Amino acid sequence: MTGHDVSDTVPLRADLVIEYPFIRTTGPVVGAFLTGLREAVLVGIRRVDGTVMVPPVEYDPVTSESLTEVVEVSSTGTIVSWTWVDPPRPGSPWDTPHGLALVLLDGADTPLLHGVLVDSADELATGLRVEAVWRD
Amino acid sequence: MREVAVVSSAIHQVEALTFTTDVQLMVPLINEARSAVGLTQADIGFTCSGSSDFLAGQGFSFVQTLDAVGAFPPISESHVEMDGAFALYEAWVKLQIGEIDTALVYSYGKSSPGSRRDVLAVQMDPYTVAPLWPDAHAVAAIQARLLLESGAVSAERLAEIAVRSQHHAVGNPNALRASTDATVVSVLSEAMVSDPLRPSDIAAESDGGCVVVLAAGDRARSLCERPAWIRGIDHRIDAHALGVRDLTRAPSAALAALKAGAPDDHLDIAEMHSPTTSQEHILATELGLGPDTVVNPSGGALAADTLMAAGLVRIAEAARRISNGEADRALAHATSGPCLQQNLVCVMEGQ
Repeated sequence: MTGHDVSDTVPLRADLVIEYPFIRTTGPVVGAFLTGLREAVLVGIRRVDGTVMVPPVEYDPVTSESLTEVVEVSSTGTIVSWTWVDPPRPGSPWDTPHGLALVLLDGADTPLLHGVLVDSADELATGLRVEAVWRD
Repeated sequence: MREVAVVSSAIHQVEALTFTTDVQLMVPLINEARSAVGLTQADIGFTCSGSSDFLAGQGFSFVQTLDAVGAFPPISESHVEMDGAFALYEAWVKLQIGEIDTALVYSYGKSSPGSRRDVLAVQMDPYTVAPLWPDAHAVAAIQARLLLESGAVSAERLAEIAVRSQHHAVGNPNALRASTDATVVSVLSEAMVSDPLRPSDIAAESDGGCVVVLAAGDRARSLCERPAWIRGIDHRIDAHALGVRDLTRAPSAALAALKAGAPDDHLDIAEMHSPTTSQEHILATELGLGPDTVVNPSGGALAADTLMAAGLVRIAEAARRISNGEADRALAHATSGPCLQQNLVCVMEGQ
């Protein structure tokens, strides 16, 4: 190979930092739900037909209308359907076998998916009453 | 509506493609489907593929797989991050415009390097559902319990669906779960995976790919003795959140079937993309299948479920049975999302 001797030349250098140069917000509705969790309060949102959807979203999933009326619901509810997760999945927040259920909270019209912490599948049943357990 | 038909297809599904790249998988399949009708890539008007970056582990992974097509000189091409059945829909729309007469559709998925049931949890709502990491089997199990406890179906009936799939899959080289010995008693004696679903209730996970060649009008007639004419194709979607829809129903499947003209005449066969037996029961009801329609003659997705390709495989399987004279009118179905959220229906006829 011919050309200039570049052995003494300092190589060009450009540092690359991979980043997301924006801050993501959860918005007025999901944000209200997450803020509620911090305060140990569960909220849903009122749909155009008057029913309350939990967890809330900013739009009606059927009519697409914007929804804004955040409604507090109870932290007790009833299991609508369930399964048993054993062993717990690798990403699961729980490290022991647990139930996973659709829970219709009192005051809500749509069920919420969540873990149900009991010792065995034998303790789970549709219609079982459950209550939220809050982290200290 | 311009007449468009499936004129050729190729399918390959195995348990795991451990040492095969997506390109290595697709080269022989694409060649097989094109050469069956004497076409080279230069004869193809539009190419459309379906695959998932989540499975490939990198962004824009489909660009690399274009090497299997031969994309030089430049070709007219598109991609959907969906099952290949939806790529076929895009190609069908392109053919309707009338500027091209042929299209190549393919899709592939290699989920074996990871835990598919867990990866699928990331398709749920990222704020309130995905953090619970509900795996795909658990979510389907919650749906299956609702169905069972509603009285719409019995555990025995679900076992019958599993048994029928295993019997039909015998002789299908692309089926992973096939057996002449399967019985309702043997299925019901299996230990639960995700209560109330047993192993035979859940589709056998496979790696693989599928290729379909479409052609319009006289071009289709010149390429194929008996093309599988697409008489109707439609896809619809239901709400994403699990709690806001009746999980024992799939209204989007019923609507897609109606719009595709499925109820207009007798269906000889139906190939349904049902990830579980419970979902197959829901689909059979929503699609309005009668007792004289042969359901999943290939064994269906229960016998081999290749993520991103299982829906396109259903279209290929149904089209083959029309082209070989086994069926005159067939329905093929593809699904996407949790608990049959999105559904595509394609109705094909021999004449």
